[in-house]
Amino acid sequence: MTDTFKLGGHEFTSRFILGSGKYSLDLIKAAVEHAGAQIVTLALRRATLGSIDNILDYIPEGVTLLPNTSGARNAEEAVRIARLAREVGCGDFIKIECIHESKYLLPDNYETIKATEILAKEGFVVMPYMYPDLNAARDLVNAGAAAIMPLGAPIGTNKGLVTKEFIQILVDEIDLPIIVDAGIGKPSQACEAMEMGCAAVMSNTAIATAGDIPAMAGAFKQAIEAGRTAYLAGMGRILEKASASSPLTGFLAD
Amino acid sequence: MKVNGESIPASEGLTVSKLLEQKGYQVNRIAVEVNRDIVPKAQYDTYALHEDDVIEIVCFMGGG
Repeated sequence: MTDTFKLGGHEFTSRFILGSGKYSLDLIKAAVEHAGAQIVTLALRRATLGSIDNILDYIPEGVTLLPNTSGARNAEEAVRIARLAREVGCGDFIKIECIHESKYLLPDNYETIKATEILAKEGFVVMPYMYPDLNAARDLVNAGAAAIMPLGAPIGTNKGLVTKEFIQILVDEIDLPIIVDAGIGKPSQACEAMEMGCAAVMSNTAIATAGDIPAMAGAFKQAIEAGRTAYLAGMGRILEKASASSPLTGFLAD
Repeated sequence: MKVNGESIPASEGLTVSKLLEQKGYQVNRIAVEVNRDIVPKAQYDTYALHEDDVIEIVCFMGGG
């Protein structure tokens, strides 16, 4: 049986959500292909020039687009951006970001919950970026979120799973896909998130700031698959004292 | 009128469609808001623009 996960009735086999920020359009196609990503995030901004290359021309056919509400400082602005994103005509997925401070770019869970409630009622597949707090996550579930996207570390830092213990609580207690978003800096950290039972990993900066972008996208793909397989296999137990791996009989000195 | 923060003169009989055509936008790549209300694509041909309108034309870009 194929191992899949669902977001708002849509089924995915790839557990790697790729961000498209901070690198050139001509590398996006290669990055998506090496990542094997079925979901790619985007931002919505003023279209300053009509005829310049559009990012949609560089994303392979069949990839689900996940626009974010970056730039929104509160629920009202997030809702406005989400509605505009849907009007472009590329589906109902929306990643909510409500951020009103620029030093750490930490999400405002309260505003995020409000936006989630409004947009879920309007039929969006809502994927809220949030600070890993169990109570807020429960509110997001009740508000109609399709997944919960806790941060591993502040956006763009590549610091890894700084919030690991709290993400684990969400994995254990929340009955929705938990997708680590932000902070994952290298494949081993993506693998660790998957070993913990996260449904998927979202990464942008770790890929965009790598020396070889497509190669790093491929490395993340392998790490995420390895972590998922390990999670499904079930980890071996941990002991305080040694336990011989080789037989304790038939030694030559016997 | 203002388009993406820039003041430009509104010509007689201007519609959303005509504005997009003048500026060279592809309809299937953008969304349009006039005075904070989204204009559905089906209304672009008939939606008249006026001197005091505030228009936003948005599209997708790379982002995380």
